[in-house]
Amino acid sequence: MATVECTECGAEIEAADNVINGEILPCPSCGAEMEVTSTKPLKVELAPEVREDWGE
Amino acid sequence: MKVAMLYARVRVEEKLLFEELQRRGVECEMIDVREVSFDLHDMTRWAQYDVVIERCISHSQAEAALSILDMFGVKCVNTYRAAHICGSKLNTTLELIRHGVPSPNVRIASTPEAALETMAAMGGQRPDGRYERPVVLKPAVGSWGRLLAKVNDRDAAEAILEHKDTLGSYHHSIFYIQEFVNKKAGRDIRTFVVGDETIAAISRTSEHWITNTARGGKAEAVRVTPELDRISVAAAKACGGGVLAIDLLERDDGEIVVNEVNYTMEFKNSIAPTGVDIPAKVVDYALGVGSGQIAISTYHMPVSGPVAGAGAR
Repeated sequence: MATVECTECGAEIEAADNVINGEILPCPSCGAEMEVTSTKPLKVELAPEVREDWGE
Repeated sequence: MKVAMLYARVRVEEKLLFEELQRRGVECEMIDVREVSFDLHDMTRWAQYDVVIERCISHSQAEAALSILDMFGVKCVNTYRAAHICGSKLNTTLELIRHGVPSPNVRIASTPEAALETMAAMGGQRPDGRYERPVVLKPAVGSWGRLLAKVNDRDAAEAILEHKDTLGSYHHSIFYIQEFVNKKAGRDIRTFVVGDETIAAISRTSEHWITNTARGGKAEAVRVTPELDRISVAAAKACGGGVLAIDLLERDDGEIVVNEVNYTMEFKNSIAPTGVDIPAKVVDYALGVGSGQIAISTYHMPVSGPVAGAGAR
């Protein structure tokens, strides 16, 4: 289990061993959605906001 | 077999599909569509894939990518045709009507003034402005039950139309107006169609008139009756076929109508209640397309050139 720091509030976010790029990790402290941009080493960025044409 | 999965955000569904491919030992390259640049004069990169599974969360990105891949003969699940139809409620309704699949009554207007009068006519406006029956105003492009408006009277209609005219993007300049179907037992039904088969069905119940699970609707398994299967498969075929989620409404008199069809279906909330391994079914289908065992149709006439032969049908 790897951990990474939330870019918004600095809290620690845990990621499962099988995490992949593009996956969203919600910050357990502030609730911000973090997008995984690298798995080795684990890096995250604030995920984009929902856009009008998103969906199914 | 080599598979690519196009994505822009890895939801639970994309992860489940990726893991299912891994479990079967199928090579799968995850491709972030936001980082892709399609060279329309040299598409050789894409010739290496037997099938591309399109799972972009953005309709515009998905439709553009599928249009390009379709033109160059790269096999995709779903197809450009399915995305083009299902990504637009107008296109979906047209195809359902064309193929004789029951759907709610819809009228289209292209100005706020025409929309106001259309809603008055569909709603049966009384002298005091109230409607005899509500109407639903929907954006032609959109998902997850967002920006739907159930309109009960002329005052609300005027306000919504003014907001759309002032604040909306150009997508909101076409007014898709649908009859309000009073859902039997306050629920709607979602079926999952893969190829020629309805593999699972759920009902979605909510105290709100919008029952999408993305909006908190609760999912429960529903038996796939012959009637549900027939109308679901018919709707899927009308809308391009492949891997599609069909949203159905049941009228008070029992008639079932197709409300919407989704081409990048979300299914994480439906696996447990139905007990159906939906990712496995989707992967079966995609690998069938990739191996040529399942035929899909193109929208464009494929061009000859660098990728001619790749994904030839």
